Parts: sequence; C-alpha cells; structure tokens
Amino acid sequence: MNVIRQTFEVLRKELLVEWRSPARVSGLFFFALAMLLMVAFASPTEGILRTQAGGTLWISLLLASTRSMDQSWSTEMEHGAAEGMLLWPVEPVAIYYGKALANTAILLAVTVAIFPLMVGLYDVPVRGDLSMLAAIAVMGCAALAAPGTLYGLITAQARGASVLLPLLMFPLVVPALLAASRGTMVVIEGDPMLQGSSWLSLLVAFNAIHWSLSGLFFGRVLEDG
Amino acid sequence: MEAGSAWMLTGPNGSGKSTMLRCMATSLKPHRGHILVDGTDLWENRQTLRAEIAYLGHELHVWDDLSPRQNLQAWNRLGRFEVDVDALLERVNLEPHRDHPVRAMSAGMKRRLGLARLLLKKPRLALLDEPFGALDPEGRELVLDVIRELRTSGTTIALATHLPRIGAQACTHGLALEAGQLLWAGTASGLLERLP
Amino acid sequence: MPKWEHIAGLLGLITLIVGHYLGLFWAPPERMMGDVGRLFYVHVPVAMFAMLVFCVAFVGALGYLLTSRMEADWLNEAAIEVGVVMNVLLLMLGSIWGKPTWGVWWTWDPRLTSATVMLLTFVGVILLRQATQSPEKRATWSAVATVLAFVNVPVTYMSVKWWRSIHQMQSTPETVSEPMVFVFRVNLLAMALLMTWFIARRWRIAKHRAMAEAPAPLPPAPQVTS
Repeated sequence: MNVIRQTFEVLRKELLVEWRSPARVSGLFFFALAMLLMVAFASPTEGILRTQAGGTLWISLLLASTRSMDQSWSTEMEHGAAEGMLLWPVEPVAIYYGKALANTAILLAVTVAIFPLMVGLYDVPVRGDLSMLAAIAVMGCAALAAPGTLYGLITAQARGASVLLPLLMFPLVVPALLAASRGTMVVIEGDPMLQGSSWLSLLVAFNAIHWSLSGLFFGRVLEDG
Repeated sequence: MEAGSAWMLTGPNGSGKSTMLRCMATSLKPHRGHILVDGTDLWENRQTLRAEIAYLGHELHVWDDLSPRQNLQAWNRLGRFEVDVDALLERVNLEPHRDHPVRAMSAGMKRRLGLARLLLKKPRLALLDEPFGALDPEGRELVLDVIRELRTSGTTIALATHLPRIGAQACTHGLALEAGQLLWAGTASGLLERLP
Repeated sequence: MPKWEHIAGLLGLITLIVGHYLGLFWAPPERMMGDVGRLFYVHVPVAMFAMLVFCVAFVGALGYLLTSRMEADWLNEAAIEVGVVMNVLLLMLGSIWGKPTWGVWWTWDPRLTSATVMLLTFVGVILLRQATQSPEKRATWSAVATVLAFVNVPVTYMSVKWWRSIHQMQSTPETVSEPMVFVFRVNLLAMALLMTWFIARRWRIAKHRAMAEAPAPLPPAPQVTS
C-alpha cells in the first residue's frame, strides 16, 4: 500500500515539474512534428506516406522518447535529487514506477497531439476502431517508457549518453515498435481480420515483461549509481 | 558518539571530510572497514537506518523547476512526515521567496532551502557538509541555532567545515583529518586552541 | 605456466580441423542442396553456441546481481564479447547460406532478423561497459542490460515471426543421414572446446585488468595524537 502511495507521490511531483517547465513536453511535440515533415520530404511519393503512416508515427515517438528519457533524469541529477530520494524513506520501486508512469503520460500527450496532425499531413483515412487505436497508443507509449526510464538513469551518469541511450533502447524495443506500428496500421486501414488485437496482446506481453523486470532492477541501479 | 553530541570535522581540501560524511549518510559504500550504529553495521542495515539519518551535502537534493514550497511539500509527502511546510519556510527565512522557482534563487537562499529540507526529517543523526558556505552572518547564526535545537532534541550531529571558529560555537567535539587519516581528536574548544 | 584452458583450446583447434575436413571431403553432399549443404556443419554449431554463450553471459549477469562478486561480472564481460564475435560469424554464415538457397544475401526472416537485433543489443551492452570507469557501476549496469537483452531475444523472435516468415524448417538429427550427424557432432565438440578456451582466456584478461585498476592499499594508520 505504501509503495502505491509513494508511486503516486512521485508521479505527482513529476507532473508538477512538467507543469512548471512545459518546455520539455512542447519540445517533444515539435520534435515529433519535425520528424513527420522530414519523413515526408524524404519520401518519393505521397502514397508511400500513407502506407508508412503507422511506422513513421512510432519512429517519431521513439526518437522523441530517447530525447525525453535522459532529460527526465537530468533534472534529478542537477542538484542530486535522485540521491536525495535514495536516502529518503522512499521505496526505489516507487521512484521507478512514478517516473515511468509520468514518462508514459508525457509520451501519450505527444501522441494525442501528433496523431491528428499526421492524419491531416499524410492524408490517412482512419477506418478502424478508435478504442483499439487508443489501447495501442497507451500500450505503445508504456512500452517505450519502461526500458527508457531505466536506461535513462544509467545513461544520464555515463559518458556519451546522447548516443548510448538510443543504442541501448532501439534494439530492445524492436518488438514494441513492430507491434505498435503494425497495430496502428491495421486499425487505420480497417481491421476485418481483427489483427489489431493480436498486436495489442504482443504489446501487453512486452509491457508485462519490461515493467516488472525494470522495476525489479531499478533499486540496484539507483543504489550503485 | 553519544546522543546529542556534535562533532566537527576539520582539515584541508581532500582530507576526507566529505567522504566520511557521505559514508555515514550511506551515500557511499565504505571501501574497507565498517561504520557501526548501535553495534550494527550501517551499510548492511541502510534500508531501515536511512529514515533516521539526515544529510545536507554539497548537493542540495532539490528540483530546480519547483518552488521552495513545492520542493518541501514533495519531500514531505514522499517521506510521509506531515510537517508544517510553511512554518519551516518561515524558520529559515524563505517565506518571501516561497513561490519562486529554485533556479532563480541565490546560492545562500538555496542553502537555506537545503537546511529546511534537513529539518523535515526528525533524524537521530544529522550530517552537514560545509553548512556555513555561501551564507551571510545571519544565515550562519541560523545554522548554529538549528544545530543547538537539534542537539537538545537528542539528535547527534556531524559537520564538516573549514570554518572551525564558527563551528565550535555549537559543537562539543572536534576531529582533525588530513589525507584520509585522523590526526587529532578531542573537544571542540581543544581543537580551537591547537589552531595556528 | 600452461593453463588448463589451453589444452581445451588445442583440442578444439584439432577437432575443428578434423570436423572441417570431414564436412568438406568425407561426408556425402546433402540431398537437396548439394555441396552448399555442407555449410550446415559450421552454421548450425555456430548458431547453437552463439545462443549458449549468451546464456553464459546471462548466468554471469544473474550471478553478479545475486552475489555482487566481481568474478561473475568478469564472466559476463567475457561471454558477451565472445558471444558478439559468434553472432557476427553467425550472420555472415547465414548470408552465405542465403545467397545460393534463397537467391538473396539478406531476407527479413525471423531467425536472421532476431539474430541481428540480438547482436545490436549486446553490442549496446559492450558500449555501455566502456562508458563508465567505476567497476561496480559497470558491473551492475552490464548485468541489468544483459538480463533485459537476453529476455528480449524470444520476444523479438516471436514478433518478427508474426511480422513475416519464410525461414525453412529446423533440421533435426532424424531428417539427416548417419554420417552427417557424426560430422555435425564433431564440429559441435570443436565449438564447445573453443568456446571454453575463448571465455576462459577473456575471463582472465578481465580479471587482470580489474587487478591493475584496483586502487593501491592505504598506508598503515598513524598514531592518533591528543
């Protein structure tokens, strides 16, 4: 019970920091938007944009998330607040889940803002079930946030963090990226074979594995950091 | 170290004052040797003992984007201390700045915030690393006051400082360190007498 | 002073030469693929041992997380580097097999793709190891990253399999002829011996490096004057 309450307090603190300095969230949004435009400039025809829409969306979010995860820890490192939390009577697990939930929420906010823009920019017809799309968005953002929050803490303390975090995260989230991209695409194009739910279940499995394992290891990483 | 005593660590830069305090704060694991608290190893029992140790180091353990009030409230809620944050802000004279982001505050005011954060916990052991740094005379008086107050409530204090004449006003014992070795140990006034 | 692993290494090299001779000249050509099928004797043992060596890295990682002993970290370090070499070899052999059988050097089949992702994850772990000076931090980070990378391998495989699949059926000893099984086993033994040699050597290098990095002991404490 105590852990849940502390998780909530960490989440609350995180969202308060975001609220007081919204530059990070807006930065992520414009980063993702710039990605959508850049991909359009790099594509030979507009038809390709439409068939690539799901993948482009999630690649943009993935790149944006690697920028946001180490930033989320650099605010903790600036005045040693991370160490402060370690020495405070707080469960490390609660710090991890609070921060990971906050990162999920931030990514989700960017997704919600960017998706309609992508539909307009790429002329994507949305035929499928919107609730399925929402579920895939939530699970996809959570899947990026879980390993990102853990690796963000590691790379924030390592040399060459800006390259290291993407290098560690990209191969790890391949299953999530695949499932989220394909899932988004089948839902956008209409889903007569109901493939969306199998991609969603892959995302759920990925999240189950990474949320539990990262939570298990986080205390150790924070302690030795 | 008996309860309510205050120990002052002095020595040149790099003599191991901060390292010693960080080991006592369980922020660093001692490379060799053990620190005993009531006869049990501090590092082995750090999960439970951390609740009773308060540490104010060079790092203030605050979030730059939040105001002093939000910082203290967050730490208060995280530790479930239920302390009156506004009274605490008044105690360290931060009341007028309580809603400005910490980022915009001067170094001295940040130190005061760090001191307030230390007081959220009701520690049995308080560790202060250079508590007088960046503070004006009034701020130094405040630190001395806080040390005396903590001592009367039974808290043991260890502080590292290169201003022993100020520290000695509130400390009972003195230790002199050099290059990681203990040079001298005795009373705080005894330490002052031996200073050049 | 000769170390035990050199004996394993020497035997491994001899077995490898014998295995290759048998595979190239003694065993009959494969029924479907002809001489190209002889790649089977190298490709499959390399694939099996790439996975097995990463299992060793995983054991080292778990060992470090549970006991905090540096020996486990050295095992982790040794096995990851050997595993990455094997993984590169595996991908090269896969490509060489792919060209005559599928007509392309590369296809997005689940095993090939997940092996590539596996390579990238473990290369990431090696780079992470190089990004820190502190041995304790390095050991913890590397152990955590190894466990996550290892657990992710089957998930990646499943996801790519759902994505698209054209890899051929796995070969089991029942579907291949007697002499093929024998040659295959010789090569498997060679790999086992060589991997033992590699990992043991690399473990010793890690150990010596850690010894060299360790801080010199403090001088004895002087008397306290009071």
